[in-house]
Amino acid sequence: MTMSGAAQSIEGRGGFLGIPHRTAAALRHLALRGTAVVYLSLLVALPVAAVLTKGFGDGLDSFESAMARPGAWAAIRLTLWTSTIAAGINAVMGTMLAWVLVRYRFPARRLLSTIVDLPLAIPTLVTGLMILALYGPNSPIGRFFDDLGIRIVFTPIAIVIALCTVSLPLVVRSVQPVLQELDPAEEEAAATLGAGPRTTFRRIVFPAIRSAVVAGTLLTFSRSLGEIGSVILVSGNRTGKTLTAPVFIFQLTSQFRASEAAAVATLLFAISFVLVLVTTRILRTSGART
Amino acid sequence: MSTVAKRGGRSGHAGILAACLVYVGLLLVLPLIGIVWTALKPGFHIVTDTLSAPDVQHALLLTVQIAVITVAVTTFFGVIVAWVLVRQRFHGRSFLNALVDLPFALSPVTVGLACFVLFAPGGWLAPFFDARGIRINFALPSMVLVTIFICIPFTIREVVPVLEEIGVDEEDASRTLGASVWHTFRKVSLPNIRWAIAYGVALSTARSIGEIGAVLIVSGLIQGRTETATLYIFRATEERQTPQAYVVALLLAAISIVLLLAIEMFHRRQERAMSSA
Amino acid sequence: MSTPIVVEGLTKRFGSFEAVTDVTFTAPAGAITALLGPSGSGKSTVLRMIAGLEEPTAGRIVMGGEELTVKSVQERRVGFVFQHYALFRHMSVADNVAFGLRVRKEAKDVREARVRDLLELVHLAPFADRYPDQLSGGQRQRVALARALAPQPKVLLLDEPFGALDAKVRQDLRRWLDELHRELGVTSLLVTHDQEEALELANQVVVMHEGRVEQVGSPKEIYDDPVTAFVAGFVGSANVLHGEVVDGHVRLGSFRLPGAGHLEEGTAAAAFVRPHDVRVSSGDGDTTAVVERIASLGWLSRVTLRLPDGDVVVAHVPHDELHGATEGAEVGLDLRNAKAFGLADGVPPAQDADPVG
Repeated sequence: MTMSGAAQSIEGRGGFLGIPHRTAAALRHLALRGTAVVYLSLLVALPVAAVLTKGFGDGLDSFESAMARPGAWAAIRLTLWTSTIAAGINAVMGTMLAWVLVRYRFPARRLLSTIVDLPLAIPTLVTGLMILALYGPNSPIGRFFDDLGIRIVFTPIAIVIALCTVSLPLVVRSVQPVLQELDPAEEEAAATLGAGPRTTFRRIVFPAIRSAVVAGTLLTFSRSLGEIGSVILVSGNRTGKTLTAPVFIFQLTSQFRASEAAAVATLLFAISFVLVLVTTRILRTSGART
Repeated sequence: MSTVAKRGGRSGHAGILAACLVYVGLLLVLPLIGIVWTALKPGFHIVTDTLSAPDVQHALLLTVQIAVITVAVTTFFGVIVAWVLVRQRFHGRSFLNALVDLPFALSPVTVGLACFVLFAPGGWLAPFFDARGIRINFALPSMVLVTIFICIPFTIREVVPVLEEIGVDEEDASRTLGASVWHTFRKVSLPNIRWAIAYGVALSTARSIGEIGAVLIVSGLIQGRTETATLYIFRATEERQTPQAYVVALLLAAISIVLLLAIEMFHRRQERAMSSA
Repeated sequence: MSTPIVVEGLTKRFGSFEAVTDVTFTAPAGAITALLGPSGSGKSTVLRMIAGLEEPTAGRIVMGGEELTVKSVQERRVGFVFQHYALFRHMSVADNVAFGLRVRKEAKDVREARVRDLLELVHLAPFADRYPDQLSGGQRQRVALARALAPQPKVLLLDEPFGALDAKVRQDLRRWLDELHRELGVTSLLVTHDQEEALELANQVVVMHEGRVEQVGSPKEIYDDPVTAFVAGFVGSANVLHGEVVDGHVRLGSFRLPGAGHLEEGTAAAAFVRPHDVRVSSGDGDTTAVVERIASLGWLSRVTLRLPDGDVVVAHVPHDELHGATEGAEVGLDLRNAKAFGLADGVPPAQDADPVG
């Protein structure tokens, strides 16, 4: 077997274009790393730094004038409690859905799994429109509730519905893989020792999936804090009543009050950030398996 | 599969299943049906009328343009970042890792605001672009930039675990057989991550098409010029052109369902490829 | 045509940890040299440095007169077989084997003929279009070998090639590798922690421990004439008896064994005696001992004995040499071919000499 001429000529010179291969390798590594660093710095670090600086570059002035506006604190409160409720609902329903998808066999199980993933692909604005269509004054269901005296759209109820919908897959997809990996032997052992299904879930299964549930719930909360696409159409955006923080930020920006907007945006980000830190600390000290 | 699911009474299981189905039905299935019904209520002609309107067509075209650029950029650089994060050790690696996840922690409004602040008069990057007469805010560039920011994590987070799982053995083997680093990447590494990349592309495409919060801020809502499909829906709803808004929304919903099926398929292919080791 | 590999002063540091220290040996052309040692002894690191997959901190590697150390992996033309096969999972068996030839832009017909020949050689011709996940572990390793041999490397490096396989498959492949080597005659370097494998396959063994070379020699040499306590204890099983150097002997309580002439008088030392060198004597023997247990293992027995000073010794005794010894009886014992090592040689504490060789 003969070697092609090109391969032969490179051999023995020990290098790529005359540069020793070791140096060429090092240069290549640096080039890749540099590209990655520049890409992320310019496109992620820089914008975030810009917002932080804009919001708090003058100390607390922008923050104070922003929060002095009518409805500012109400917006923060509304965002916080609707996000909390949505996170709570999805923590429960998301875990149940994960359980059903992993442990049960029933027709259309795949279909259910696909539907659950729908919010990952559907524009949030379209989700808002869907909620308007179903629960708004023009639909039979909306009229039904209206007759009962329950207004859904343009109230915080609609906000919670929107938040639950857009974050539906988050807890499910966080918990599902963990559930799948669980060794059935542990639950079988519990059963042989006399534990019923509820006890087994409480004592054996839940501790194992707890950190996944927490992570998914946290993601849901974080997502809900910043959600705008679905909320902006269904909430009515009434200052002091149904105006959420992200919409408030949007309004400030439309009024060219960028510093104030940035201050509020930073507050939202800080809340998410602190929550992540606190939760990871709690998870770590409780010895949970991540 | 647990035996526990079999015990404990069928009524208990039926109850949980029912609760889940009702929940999903109320939040997703019914609203989806609602939008189809509302969009088509005036008659099928509304679809052709709306989709042939020039501003609608422009909006759709703009959405496609932004999506294509975003996916191309985030996929190309995403693979590089994933590679660097997995195959290299250096100070600041965990910081870089944290940066990748940052877009998930921010509201899209904040993203739009960030771009706005950077390029508005007085912003850090304003002097460079103003001097050259390049418009960023209220024009296509800013809309692309914010969408890229938001889509950055997708490719990276999908490719990283695959690269980690596969390890360097195949790449080492390839080099001992005489293949250059580039040849190794093309023929050995890339085929191993292709489904992860496809999955990331599908996710990014769906997210780009659906973006509203950030583009709401940086686009200036200039009808016919900087209006994406979602912004069109927004404006149309505000201006009470509800039938048209619903038609475009239905179109986007249909596209996202197709993308969702692609997402699911790529995800399954990726899992299968990873498990055959 | 194969070439020798010369390794000189090879050292590798990872941060502050030195994995390989000053390793020097020559792997003769056309022979199988085994790098034998426990995990963590640095043998895989040495192999990877020879392949170019790791950069040495110091030292050089010369192959057939050419300095290898400056060359990249691609340029070295070594065949490498990985412990976990490292087959290209998305390529068929044939494509895997053809890979190295494709890289060197071999003509299609040459390439296809070579792939066919190699698959015949490893008895996997019918599997050419299968994919790695459809093969068993043993089959995958044979494909890996074919792939490594396809570009006709001057040297074949194998990193614990049978480590991931179960015992029976391991034995079959070992035998098969032996035959293959006889047929091809490529200089081979085999890393293993399995001494049976090393002793059976290799023409030369390099024993490594904690990054250093303990001994280089033929399998017989390292078994019969270990030069350090580690080699004596690691290669084959051994009874370790601790005592003191007295007059060129190792004094062990009530008796003494020769062979300590090279050690300093009065220092502590250990004597290594192989189980099959412990014989039940018909007469008095070197010492007496009480038989604690006799386990019959087919044609020989494993006899556990307690010496007068309390030490336990294991003997492998063929049936017809038991001389009627029974459990609880006192017998005379001959301990032959004792190897003595001073404690400065890092003699490990009293070993469990139990495992059947």
